[in-house]
Amino acid sequence: MAQYILKRLGLALLTLVLLSLIIFFAGSVLPSNPGRLILGPFASQQAVVALNHHLGVDRPLITQYWSWVTGVVHGNLGTSSQYNLPVSSLLLPALGRSLKLALVAFVIVVPVSILGGVLAALYRGRFVDRSISITGLSLTSVPEFVSGVVLIVIFAIGLKWFPVSATPPPGTSPLGQLHYLILPAIPLVFVLFGYIARMARAGTLEALDSDYVRTAVLKGLPNRVVIWRHVLRNSLLPTITVIATQTGYLIGGLVVVETLFNYPGLGRLIVTAANNKDFKMLEAGVLVIGIVYLVATLIADILYTVLNPRIRYEQAE
Amino acid sequence: MSDQERDDAPLAPSAALTSLESAQTSMEDVAVYQDPAAVAMLTATADSVTGTVDSSAGTIRRENVRLLLRSPTFLIGAAILLWWIVCAVFGKAIAPYNPVTGSLTAFNEAPSGAHWFGTDSLGRDVLSRVIVGARDILVVAPLATLLGTALGTTIGLLQGYFRGRVDSFSGRIVDAVLALPIVIVAFLFVVPLGSSDPILIIIIGLVFGLLISRTVRTAVLQEQDLDYVAAARLRDESNAHIMFVEILPNVTGPILVEFTVRLGYAIFTVATLSFLGFGIQPPTPDWGADISNSYQYLAAGYWWETLFPALAIASLVVAINLIADSIEAVVIQ
Repeated sequence: MAQYILKRLGLALLTLVLLSLIIFFAGSVLPSNPGRLILGPFASQQAVVALNHHLGVDRPLITQYWSWVTGVVHGNLGTSSQYNLPVSSLLLPALGRSLKLALVAFVIVVPVSILGGVLAALYRGRFVDRSISITGLSLTSVPEFVSGVVLIVIFAIGLKWFPVSATPPPGTSPLGQLHYLILPAIPLVFVLFGYIARMARAGTLEALDSDYVRTAVLKGLPNRVVIWRHVLRNSLLPTITVIATQTGYLIGGLVVVETLFNYPGLGRLIVTAANNKDFKMLEAGVLVIGIVYLVATLIADILYTVLNPRIRYEQAE
Repeated sequence: MSDQERDDAPLAPSAALTSLESAQTSMEDVAVYQDPAAVAMLTATADSVTGTVDSSAGTIRRENVRLLLRSPTFLIGAAILLWWIVCAVFGKAIAPYNPVTGSLTAFNEAPSGAHWFGTDSLGRDVLSRVIVGARDILVVAPLATLLGTALGTTIGLLQGYFRGRVDSFSGRIVDAVLALPIVIVAFLFVVPLGSSDPILIIIIGLVFGLLISRTVRTAVLQEQDLDYVAAARLRDESNAHIMFVEILPNVTGPILVEFTVRLGYAIFTVATLSFLGFGIQPPTPDWGADISNSYQYLAAGYWWETLFPALAIASLVVAINLIADSIEAVVIQ
């Protein structure tokens, strides 16, 4: 099993290197003249050349890539051109706030969608199943800012249950902060619900059709015991993988939600960086999103191996 | 988003895979009775095998169309989509007001008999903007998806057919791109290149091409070992002929499913990019951009400027997903 994990780790590292190349290509190769993009068409050529030199973008591309990558490995993400501050000093607090919002969404979506998927499977083909499946499919396909707007109109402006912005005034208690984060978390929950529920449904159906469940039913076990002890244990295994992969996308969805709800997290930082042509900040922000995704899938792979006895035994042999 | 986007790939292709596997099993049953040495006989039976594959789950058939027309989810989705296509084509003629020039007196007016959906902060009629706003997104998203499907089919056929190093190298690149949500990848490239309709189409098309290639590759790998491919090789057909004339017609089912599912994602992506300010550019009426311009007035109570474009996006993506879901159900079963 250690060998398997090492192999996954190696693949993840390889993917990370390729990802860094793609990000570098988009953020440092495509913008041919960042100084001009930042200063605008009316700045003097001299000022543009000076800024390009200051940003270090007049160096050969290989030197630029190498200094960026070695910097990242040492925790130095470069200097933000819009704030003239180290990128990491802005990025880390923003990432912390984003993770807080993501955690709220996660805590809501995992139990709700697993419950939805299992219910749909238990009532296969009937009204409950159809409505859960169609609702999930529809919610998943609607962009976060669209459902966010509808939620704001109903729950913040109409019913006044929640604030319109996600940023609490300073000094708000943790529970008060949670109140500000619930409404922004819901669009993220909507998008993830469909995937996780669909996977949980498929896993449960597969378990329900299996021989061991038929045996359990035939030997007279009560339904509740069959479902808890035999069905759920086996059906939730593939769901774990989907949940972990979706975590990465959850961080991506934050770009939209944080903009809509004016929340100072990683997503809004990336959008601000894009608007100000702050390419170092943009590269670092996107790289962090990629790393979060890769770590989440790696954890999912390992968890799956640890939890699935079939893989465990195969490896041992 | 998902893109998920997030990526839905693990779901749809696996389902497609199951159906292909079942097709393959029936094929093996046929193959048992063959003498592998008898080339002529193999070719002859392979032709009959091709016939079997054609009638299997992987292809689009007339009875499938009939099944679709009986599915209520498909009909609802198609009706909504048709309405927005009519708006996209005849928008300017249907719209009660000019969507770009606003009234100089009626700013932020609530919905009324004169302005059903109210007016926005520049005095423009929201209903007219919603109707005309269907146009650009319904040009950009389908073209991007078409480009992605063509590209993904070609890459997937090459990967699945040649396997080996080509396959594993391009697979790694797809992995790296997949580590980011589609919206973020598109965002990353649109920012330095600047946003215009052709650039949006190319970027989204390229990313989707990579994603679609995965599904096509899996489907091609399933077909690869079937006798009709071996027979074509023995007939000394060119690689291109085998890929595009022999294999391609047998994997149209999964490709069609990918196209409809991705179309929903393309609309998701274009709308999101517009909302972030990097999609369809003003003054062209666009739902995402209109929401981006008006959501700051939500707190002031001007909800109609934001809500109606939002409902338009929601209805369009849900419609396409209903269509995609019913096509998937018909093609897979």
